[in-house]
Amino acid sequence: MANQAATPSSRGPGAVWMAAVVLCILGFAYLPQMVVQAPIERTMGPVQKIFYYHVPCAWLLMLSTFVCAGGSIAYLFKGSMRGDRVARVSAELAVLFGICTLVTGPLWGRVAWGVYWQWDARLTSSLLLWLVMVAYVMARRFGGPASRKLAAALALFAAADVPLVYLSVHIWRTIHPKTTVVPTLGKEMMGVFFTSLGMFTLLWVVLFVLRGHLEKARDELDTLALDVEDHLEA
Amino acid sequence: MLPRESVSVPGFATQVLRIAAKDLRIEWKSREILLTMGYLAVVIVLAFAFAFVTVGGERLSPSVTSGILWVSVFFSGTVALSRTFDRERDGEAIRALLLTPIARSAIYLGKLLGVVVLMASVEVIVVPLTAMFFSAELGSHLLWTALILVLGNFGYAAVGVVFSAALLRSKSRDVLLSALLFPLVLPVLIAGARATSLLLDPKSADLGSAVFWTQFLGISGGIFVVLGLWAFEPVLSGD
Repeated sequence: MANQAATPSSRGPGAVWMAAVVLCILGFAYLPQMVVQAPIERTMGPVQKIFYYHVPCAWLLMLSTFVCAGGSIAYLFKGSMRGDRVARVSAELAVLFGICTLVTGPLWGRVAWGVYWQWDARLTSSLLLWLVMVAYVMARRFGGPASRKLAAALALFAAADVPLVYLSVHIWRTIHPKTTVVPTLGKEMMGVFFTSLGMFTLLWVVLFVLRGHLEKARDELDTLALDVEDHLEA
Repeated sequence: MLPRESVSVPGFATQVLRIAAKDLRIEWKSREILLTMGYLAVVIVLAFAFAFVTVGGERLSPSVTSGILWVSVFFSGTVALSRTFDRERDGEAIRALLLTPIARSAIYLGKLLGVVVLMASVEVIVVPLTAMFFSAELGSHLLWTALILVLGNFGYAAVGVVFSAALLRSKSRDVLLSALLFPLVLPVLIAGARATSLLLDPKSADLGSAVFWTQFLGISGGIFVVLGLWAFEPVLSGD
């Protein structure tokens, strides 16, 4: 039969990706063990260990925003649909890792500062960045096809916020720990931190690729549905 | 047919000024945006006054007063933003605008200038009114406060004009405009409100911080205008 030859062009993730998924699952099964065994920080005590989750999530929030802006630039100026998919997927990841950052931060703050939230420059700018990415996802979900360019413009402006978030601790006098704290960590802490950073980044890549495949399949399905409609009308 | 030589394209600055003048001339005929925007701004200030001020109670602190002022400027600004491109939809005027031999960036800057002038015109009424309602010391740094407001208007409108253009063909324009615009321009609100509160406080010795926030407004406004110039053309060209 002729239509048996029609195979979907996106066949799902390959062997490399399956290996990455397995590595990711194993890594995240072992990571809590590493965090438990990491040395206890002298002044803050065990609560400092949230750092191993909080900082990687914050880094991924910024990475996702930049990737979203990159995809949006490709879509806006070259009309690349792939760029549009990249932007959409990374915006969702920005929202996800933003939630993790904004939940782990206040949990640490409650113990270290005595309150969950401070209107500190780093906290405020991170919250704003997350809100912008939520606005992106909302625009894509509820704005219809016309929202593509609108959301792409939004992503461009959001990327301008990222340096503000990163530099906020240096520009203003804030109570949030500075980025210079990382090189001062002990050797063991540094090992756990970079393992966690690597595992979270791998998780980001796995989610990005899997979600990207889903988006691509959805686009192809939409095109097919339109073709069928045209065929029936003809 | 007109001979080709008789059509001359004006310089960039003239193009920008002509777009702004066109918008302002249309507005001057009906005064629709000015009146609705001004009315909305005053109502917002009054709503805050009723919510915060009690008879014979204490005077509000300068930070609350400046916050009220900036919130009213921001919310009323959406009227100018949504109407400035709404008018281009009437009779598909946008097509004619895009067919004219002028640069897209000139359209962007012209629209931006028009919105800034409209916002500033409303502020001329709302700022003294706010100062009067909340007994704020406006006189001590009047020009500085005006500069902060104008810089804030530029930052706000630089982002707003891009989104307003992108929403030209969208049905849920008004809802999306506020939802997308506000989180992006909140740094402008923060900087503007902080700087104004420092200037409104007669006892404040922290004018250095006011200088910092003014510079912040200038720099962020500049970045927003550059990004706006960049994004405006692809956004306006439609799907």
